[in-house]
Amino acid sequence: MSILVDSSTRAICQGLTGRQGRFHAEQCLDYGTRILAGVTPGRGGQECLGLPVFDTAEEAVRATGADTSLVFVPAPAAADAIMAAADAGIRLIVCITEGVPVLDMVRIKAALKSFDCRLLGPNCPGVITPGQCKLGIMPGFIHEPGRIGIISRSGTLTYEVVHQTTAHGLGQTSCVGIGGDPVRGLNFIDCLEMFERDPETEGIVMVGEIGGADEEKAAEYISSEVSKPVVAYIAGVTAPPGKRMGHAGAIVAGGQGTAEAKYEALLAAGVAVTRSPAEIGATMARALA
Amino acid sequence: MRDFALLIQNARVNLHEYQAKALLSRYGVPVAPGRAASSAEESVAAAGELGGDRWVVKAQVHAGGRGKGGGVQLCDSPQAVREAAERLLGARLVTPQTGPDGLPVEKVYVEQASSIDRELYLSLLIDRADECACFVGSAAGGMDIEEVARVTPEKIARVKVRAATGIMPYAGRRLAKVFGLEGAAAREMHDLAGALYRLFDECDASLIEINPLVVNGEGKLLALDAKIAVEDNALFRQPDLAGLRDPGQEDELERRAQEVGLSYVSLDGSIACMVNGAGLAMATMDLIKLQGGEPANFLDVGGAADSARVAAGFRLILSNPRVRAILVNIFGGIVRCDVIAEGILQAVREASVEVPVIARLEGTNAESARAMLDGSELTVTAASDLADAARIAMEMAA
Repeated sequence: MSILVDSSTRAICQGLTGRQGRFHAEQCLDYGTRILAGVTPGRGGQECLGLPVFDTAEEAVRATGADTSLVFVPAPAAADAIMAAADAGIRLIVCITEGVPVLDMVRIKAALKSFDCRLLGPNCPGVITPGQCKLGIMPGFIHEPGRIGIISRSGTLTYEVVHQTTAHGLGQTSCVGIGGDPVRGLNFIDCLEMFERDPETEGIVMVGEIGGADEEKAAEYISSEVSKPVVAYIAGVTAPPGKRMGHAGAIVAGGQGTAEAKYEALLAAGVAVTRSPAEIGATMARALA
Repeated sequence: MRDFALLIQNARVNLHEYQAKALLSRYGVPVAPGRAASSAEESVAAAGELGGDRWVVKAQVHAGGRGKGGGVQLCDSPQAVREAAERLLGARLVTPQTGPDGLPVEKVYVEQASSIDRELYLSLLIDRADECACFVGSAAGGMDIEEVARVTPEKIARVKVRAATGIMPYAGRRLAKVFGLEGAAAREMHDLAGALYRLFDECDASLIEINPLVVNGEGKLLALDAKIAVEDNALFRQPDLAGLRDPGQEDELERRAQEVGLSYVSLDGSIACMVNGAGLAMATMDLIKLQGGEPANFLDVGGAADSARVAAGFRLILSNPRVRAILVNIFGGIVRCDVIAEGILQAVREASVEVPVIARLEGTNAESARAMLDGSELTVTAASDLADAARIAMEMAA
């Protein structure tokens, strides 16, 4: 079992013919992911990586029966691509694109409420179910099918956690990068709920960072709704206030969104927190022992 | 746990007060008559053009707390305007928000002094929890709003604007109630709220903060001070606002980093780090601190780092004289570690690095990368894991 994606996932790729889209879609195909078509306005009728390319998401969905879309279009076109996918009946949109304006995300989140559609990202590495389906830009080879669910606001820091859980022989059920933007699709709580329900997930690692209060809300949710062991690490204890740390959403402002406040909330919820990013795998191994 | 007054110091476009007020005025928000000036002569001329007999001369810097730093001067003669402008222009203004070096004052804003009956606080920003725009209002204006929020949170009201409808008239009515405004002033508040939201939406602002919003002697609303920040991610569709960027107000290393496409934040410590990915970069800083050291910077060379970016990152780090050791932490995925190792060796060779370099390379082609570093005559120490890397960096910086 797994969450969000598995070997039955049928996907299209919006922005397939671009440099990023083509490169990463090829890596996904090599991993065994079933990407069935691409979408690039104006390129309908062409082929890319041996896949048919359509002008619209609607045509691609009709031709392939896909229910999932991987989005690589440039930031100015991301809102359009996401809504086109939702309108075409896509049920899971994975938006890798970095730099989507926050007001576009505010409008998209409001609009998606009337669709039966989940959005992951934007500004995220995507999602992988090891050995079955990779929809994103993460290096597939570091993952190992196993027992741990991973939820993270970061990209390479997620790879670090994957590497550590693999090194401890735990492996992963699914790894979800929820992205570094202040307004995003799936959040910690959505993923916690799915991992709690997934019978093969035995433990959950949560990687948060400074900014916002999503980790605090997740802590509250964990204390009442999650029975599986949760390990958490929060990046940015040393981040100076008022400065954005790379990710659009990673900022401590007005004393809000500090790593300390998040650690406190998680500790109070009984989460096994670690303050060392080098100890996340070991902490999970202990929690499961 | 709520966001408010979210001023991002390292946003690319923070507007100066004089720019913010011009924009507010264009959207119909009342401001006192004022002029920007770059010299004492221009300041005196501005006061003459504005008329009246009392003026305020305000230093234009990207920081709050200007009053506390002497950056806001009340003047009752043209001579006083001249003296205030002479004192401020060309100096560096230190406020509680600038750090000890302060910020350079290249312009002052000369404004007619306003009669003030009441001071209010009003801002508009993105509420991350509810994923919508949100007004933050308080009748306790003119004060440090963070202090108000901490001590008397009940004095702060939040009025949300839903994306599906845009601003509705009740938002203005609610704010008028919060501020205790009635009659004509309440109607002005309604118009002002509409104007602010239109500006926020059309200009992709990440923050509009008016502190204070005053009720003047005639009972009219007036924006007495204003901060506006434009969202970095939206600059592609805000070319005019992008042009208002003032690099003179930015940290020099941070500005240089941005020019070469690197994400860099200056810190006070002695151990520099260079990492791919923002989360891993913060984690590396945290680990240095956990081992008892102090990080010198945040540097994300990006998920698609190549040898040229690594070399650029090195040059940037080396221009900070406090650096005693450099910790490179790369988790190769799409990025190949051997390419990164080549970049490190090239940079160390070219830039004559005199501080120890510790490299932790993991992921794609990590083994061949470690062999490259070990086999070189250069002093690059390969670390086996994250904790090991931070430990070695600490020892070598000591």
